[in-house]
Amino acid sequence: MNHRQKEQYLRDYSVLKNQGKPFWPYAVAKDGAMAIVVVAAIMLMSLILGAELGPKADGTTTTYVPRPEWYFFFLFELLRVIKPPYLVPLATIGIPTICMILLFLLPFYDRGPERRPERRPIATTAGVFTIVAMGYLTYLGAAAGSPNEIDMNVPASVKAQGVQAARQFEAGKQVVAQSGCLACHKIGENGNDGPGPHLTEIGDRLPRDAIAQTLVNPTAPMPSYAGLKESDPQRFENLTAFLSELKTQD
Amino acid sequence: MPKLKLPAPPIPPALKPTPRRPHEHQHTAADHAKEAGIGAIGWVDERLGASGFGRWLLFRKVPKGTNWFYTLGSATMFAFLNQAITGVFLAMYYDPNAINAYESVRYISNEAFLGEFVRGMHKWGSSVMVILIFLHMARTFFFGAYKYPRELNWVIGVALLILTMAMSFTGYLLPFDQRSYWATVVGVNINGTGPLVGPYLSDFLRGGPDFEAITLSRFYAIHMMMIPGAIAALIGAHLYLVTKHGTTAPPWYKAETDPELRTEKE
Repeated sequence: MNHRQKEQYLRDYSVLKNQGKPFWPYAVAKDGAMAIVVVAAIMLMSLILGAELGPKADGTTTTYVPRPEWYFFFLFELLRVIKPPYLVPLATIGIPTICMILLFLLPFYDRGPERRPERRPIATTAGVFTIVAMGYLTYLGAAAGSPNEIDMNVPASVKAQGVQAARQFEAGKQVVAQSGCLACHKIGENGNDGPGPHLTEIGDRLPRDAIAQTLVNPTAPMPSYAGLKESDPQRFENLTAFLSELKTQD
Repeated sequence: MPKLKLPAPPIPPALKPTPRRPHEHQHTAADHAKEAGIGAIGWVDERLGASGFGRWLLFRKVPKGTNWFYTLGSATMFAFLNQAITGVFLAMYYDPNAINAYESVRYISNEAFLGEFVRGMHKWGSSVMVILIFLHMARTFFFGAYKYPRELNWVIGVALLILTMAMSFTGYLLPFDQRSYWATVVGVNINGTGPLVGPYLSDFLRGGPDFEAITLSRFYAIHMMMIPGAIAALIGAHLYLVTKHGTTAPPWYKAETDPELRTEKE
């Protein structure tokens, strides 16, 4: 805006302001009504939906589902959309930081005098696109399947190794299900496609020791399983055994 | 004592008090009480000088065309006040250490008087506040209200949005159940993947390289002391600038010359 446009705006605004009504009591009455609606809505939600409290936090167990508050879903889903590992920092920090800076600086790069949304096509389109994208990502996050169920039979290659191996495979599958690994990983038809890599054929790609090593010392943002290894080595063994048997089936 | 003449609030004509007829009796008890009230307010104002500020804040005009969309900002502030008040009552029972935190939340939910109700209000109030802050922001964006001369108020608003998100991130850990614990572990790990400052930020949040008992007290201090103070101060600055520049008129309204002036011209 140049000097003339600024003067023009201030003049127009002061005319509109003078034609308006006083803040007290007109605007205060509206704000007050809105405040009552807001507090009533919060009270109703509290009465109807309550505040659940899950089991106590325990760093050594793995029975958890790492799920953020719903309004962080769009950030979490960004991790699923962006797959390659070298791009993960872009999804976790890069895009949110860039969006934040763009948001902060909005009035400094959008300095046109026009204020009507229908006459600012670029700004309005960008705004609508942002809202739709965030809404869609939030919906994806809310609709993600339960990460605690795995529908999978013991493969023939494991059955061939005897009853003991098959039992360990089943036990390991339980650990994976309880740990909510499927919130971020895909095994066959189960689970979610990202942020973590596919585990369907992880046994082909990594030897068992390497899998154990990755569980103890994972790539962020995956939490470490060192606690499980210390507190319950048998369950940890079952987990690595299960994962190392996930191979291509002929 | 000098008498202060208070400015008459511009109330609708129907509610305006009718002046007393001169022959009516003048000195009832109500008149004396009114005199005493005005005297007391005058005494305080003589020492505070706040009446000018009050007039500036309350008797300013709001432009023509202001509609219900313009209540979203104050609604966000009321949601924040709800969080502050319920938060104080939760803090009376909450014990911010890793051993007792979960037990104290369980006590609030199951035993304290109205405990579950207040905790529910705090929990759902955060969702409501986030929704309202986004709606308020959308209104500001689509109405072009962030433009001259209100650029800095937009910047303050974005800072408030980020602080609100930080509030809900730090508050999510406090019940200290499995869900909040592991979601926060992942959240802090996500911070750690950032370039340059990432690892330092996650170390600062955890209070060390590992997620330990100290992490909870840290999140509690950030949630209780650091961010609420910053939010309250920024809301103050936000409101000051809103009052100074005035609320925007809807962009479709164009200023017209005073009808009386126009008739004179013709």
